[in-house]
Amino acid sequence: MTLLLEIYLLLFSVLFLFLSLGKGGKSLFLPARIFSLGAVAVSLITLNANGLLFYGAYQVNGFSQIFKLILTVGLTFVVFMFNRDDEVDNMPEFFMFLGFSTLGLTALVSSVELISILISLEISSFSLYAIVPLRRSKTTGHLEAAIKYLFFGAVATGVMLYGMGYLYAMTHSTYLADIVSGMPAIIDKPLGILALVLTMTAFFFKLSLFPLHFWAPDIYEGASDATTTFIATVPKVAGAALLIRLTMLAGAPLAQLAMVLMVLAAFSMTVGNLAGLVQQDIKRLLGYSGIAHAGYLMLGLLAFNKSGSAVVAYYITVYLFMNLSLFYVIMLLSRNGENLKVADLAGLARRSPLLALTLAVAAFSLAGIPPTGGFTGKFFLLVTAFKAGYLPIVIIAAVNTVLSIFYYLNLVRVSYSREAKEESPLNLTFSEKILCVLFSVIILVLGIMPLPVMEMFVRVM
Amino acid sequence: MLPYLTMNPFGFPVLSTTIFMPLFGVLFILFMSNEKAIKVAAMITALLTLAVSAFLFVNFDPTTTIFQFGERISWVSSFNINYMLGIDGISIMLILLTTIISPIAVLSSWKAIQTRVKEFMISILIMETAMIGVFCSLDFILFYFFWEAMLIPMYLLIAIWGGPNKDYASLKFFIYTLFGSVFLLVAIIAIYLVNGTFSIPEAMFKDYTFQFQFWVFLAFGIAFAIKVPMFPFHTWLPAAHTEAPTVGSVFLASILLKMGTYGFMRFCLPIVPQASFYFAPLMIVLSIIGIIYGGFVCLSQTDMKKLVAYSSVAHMGFVILGIFTFSIYGFVGALFQMLNHGITTGGLFLLVGMVYERTHSRQIYDNAGLGKIMPIYMFFFGLFAVSSFAFPGTNSFVGELYVLIGAFAVNKTAGFFAVVGAVVAAAYMLKLLKQVAWGREDKRDIKDMNLREIIYMVPLAIFVLWVGLFPRPFVNVMEYTLVNLATQLDKVSH
Repeated sequence: MTLLLEIYLLLFSVLFLFLSLGKGGKSLFLPARIFSLGAVAVSLITLNANGLLFYGAYQVNGFSQIFKLILTVGLTFVVFMFNRDDEVDNMPEFFMFLGFSTLGLTALVSSVELISILISLEISSFSLYAIVPLRRSKTTGHLEAAIKYLFFGAVATGVMLYGMGYLYAMTHSTYLADIVSGMPAIIDKPLGILALVLTMTAFFFKLSLFPLHFWAPDIYEGASDATTTFIATVPKVAGAALLIRLTMLAGAPLAQLAMVLMVLAAFSMTVGNLAGLVQQDIKRLLGYSGIAHAGYLMLGLLAFNKSGSAVVAYYITVYLFMNLSLFYVIMLLSRNGENLKVADLAGLARRSPLLALTLAVAAFSLAGIPPTGGFTGKFFLLVTAFKAGYLPIVIIAAVNTVLSIFYYLNLVRVSYSREAKEESPLNLTFSEKILCVLFSVIILVLGIMPLPVMEMFVRVM
Repeated sequence: MLPYLTMNPFGFPVLSTTIFMPLFGVLFILFMSNEKAIKVAAMITALLTLAVSAFLFVNFDPTTTIFQFGERISWVSSFNINYMLGIDGISIMLILLTTIISPIAVLSSWKAIQTRVKEFMISILIMETAMIGVFCSLDFILFYFFWEAMLIPMYLLIAIWGGPNKDYASLKFFIYTLFGSVFLLVAIIAIYLVNGTFSIPEAMFKDYTFQFQFWVFLAFGIAFAIKVPMFPFHTWLPAAHTEAPTVGSVFLASILLKMGTYGFMRFCLPIVPQASFYFAPLMIVLSIIGIIYGGFVCLSQTDMKKLVAYSSVAHMGFVILGIFTFSIYGFVGALFQMLNHGITTGGLFLLVGMVYERTHSRQIYDNAGLGKIMPIYMFFFGLFAVSSFAFPGTNSFVGELYVLIGAFAVNKTAGFFAVVGAVVAAAYMLKLLKQVAWGREDKRDIKDMNLREIIYMVPLAIFVLWVGLFPRPFVNVMEYTLVNLATQLDKVSH
């Protein structure tokens, strides 16, 4: 029972593997949607599962199950989102790789042993390496993106292994539980910090945190909309979960590690937002926005306690939805799978008021304006960091919020106050409308009623 | 029970009803498509809100300094955030101002707004909810929610229905205000970490260290000074006013600017009194610069709307001056000026909007010589113009007099320069009035005000004269709260 979700996802992927061997031709959206909904159902069923498997290497508990639920919800939304996208239509491989990647990510949040962390991470990463080049439009960007992603990803994994090696050398165990108990002896040594930071590197890479950020804009730009939507959202949730797990290894507040995280956060926010200001390609812009948000996320880790970790989990959940929402607008607007420029948003409010509203809610949320979830999450992060005594980073984050408003507001501004080149109204189907409304409602509810979700996270930390 | 809050005595949450009534109306409007029906629904919603706030006003007890009609529900318990509402003598007046201006705003845009009526009315009503919410909130986070939520509909009002340069103006407005707000948020968190609660009354008159007060005042001060706007943070205001549709300007001038001065009165003075004393000379100097500078800029304007916008900078200078005298006269004057400016400048913007609908120009020359063509219009314009420079018998005279008494008691130089500013105000307003009434001889075909326009100008005109001739009822409502504030501050200073 405890492994039901993993088995289900494996079957999901294998099913599409077999479908990919056939001739194809039939649209696979319907089965993909049904099966992804099934994954959410299964993760709900196993929400309260508990157990320690594979000689203690794989822990199923509240923490892992709640993240698995978020991951499968993310997957389901991604699957539901692309239906006009002719990029990936009739490519069963695409669904197969999404399935494998999600499988890897769900395994990742359950792994409590270094080797299983590595294996899970690689399962999810390799699937992503494979789908980045899956793009039909006549660009060369996607090939470049694929190569970059592969190489940077491999290097990040290598660095992580290096750190893991140190951890093992010092504590003589690959089990996180043993490492925690061995930590106090080594944590004030420079090597202890180095080992921990290097181990975190692969997850910094997943979250596109400075200085492992430079892949994000290129890959976002090069990969197809559907692929980018997945890469920009779901793996980041697992990345955040693992960072929570690794910082909790330290046990107590750790000044040197906090300093490292703080510096990375400051650079990440500032670099992301400054570069975001001049972007014309919306996906590229979101790449830089993701870098900045990875920086904000670090604020919650600085506290080294349960409530700080819960805040990080909360923020990454909000982040998932606001990004999905914005990517959905991009997907519906883009023609023939071409990349959307900021200028292409002109007149959106006239062409489709609902889509413009969805975009506005998501953009204001990313910028952190109440009453959206982005504000509430950011507010929790600021309180956490301030409480832990790191005022400078709070001020840097506040200033960065102002910086970022320029380009988020620009999206809203162009769609509301620029006149369109063409006035043809954009007709959305009923299900597309539902999805748009759903995203906006989720973002607003997470902003106004944070308590239920927040308490859920506090309980499992 | 909380010592600073008396609970709501009625069977229904009266403050929440006032706040969310407009939002409730929005729910209906969302499903309407007929433009006429939407306008009527918006009007009914605004009038119902006015009715509830009138009920508030009637039941308001002016003889206590405790916050009234309290509501308190736990919101985010892990951070000790509560949904806490309550009003005192300061907020009741500003709530009433908001609920009076809102139906007028709806009525004034009846014909002026032709495109996207539905979105427009929804924006106005969401604005109203956020504005009332700001004045009712007794929890910092709740306050911040409403404070920021106001930005979005205001931004849309300028960005969608604005003038030719709306792009620039709306962006500038948004970024300027947001810049101030993030520091407000940091200050709020700092106070929370000291007190362990986001309750506003619990943060008042505590013994914080001076260093703490110094930084909190700076953070608050930037946010509020931008909103007021005080010199030198005023540059967003003329841009936003000129490009905003009439209703946008009215909301900006009448209510949004009051948020800044309300913030100074509600937060800076009671929470960080020592820092307020410390910074008072600077604030007074800046307010004087604002009064004089605003006046001189007005003298050289050829655009009616810009002139009224810059006159706001001068008027708000008087409010700040009154607040930072720390005397009861100054406080009463400041609060009066807040209301007066809301009514008078709001009225002037409406009048400028009216003539713009007819001549499609805001240049003074294009709208000159209306005395014979539009006599009813001229009556209202004359009344609001003389009120604007504080002619005796009008509302602003009462407010300015109080402020000047307060200012002279504290610092004669400050009082002197404020009087100079008042004279400059008379100069530019009379110059404008002369031009608009008699500036041109030629006959033009411009229709006078119609019944709808008269209907929404009359309440404002009544207020102008009522306060001007018989201000006592208004003083009664605010007196206890303001006297209490002044005595509390007095205690701190000794």
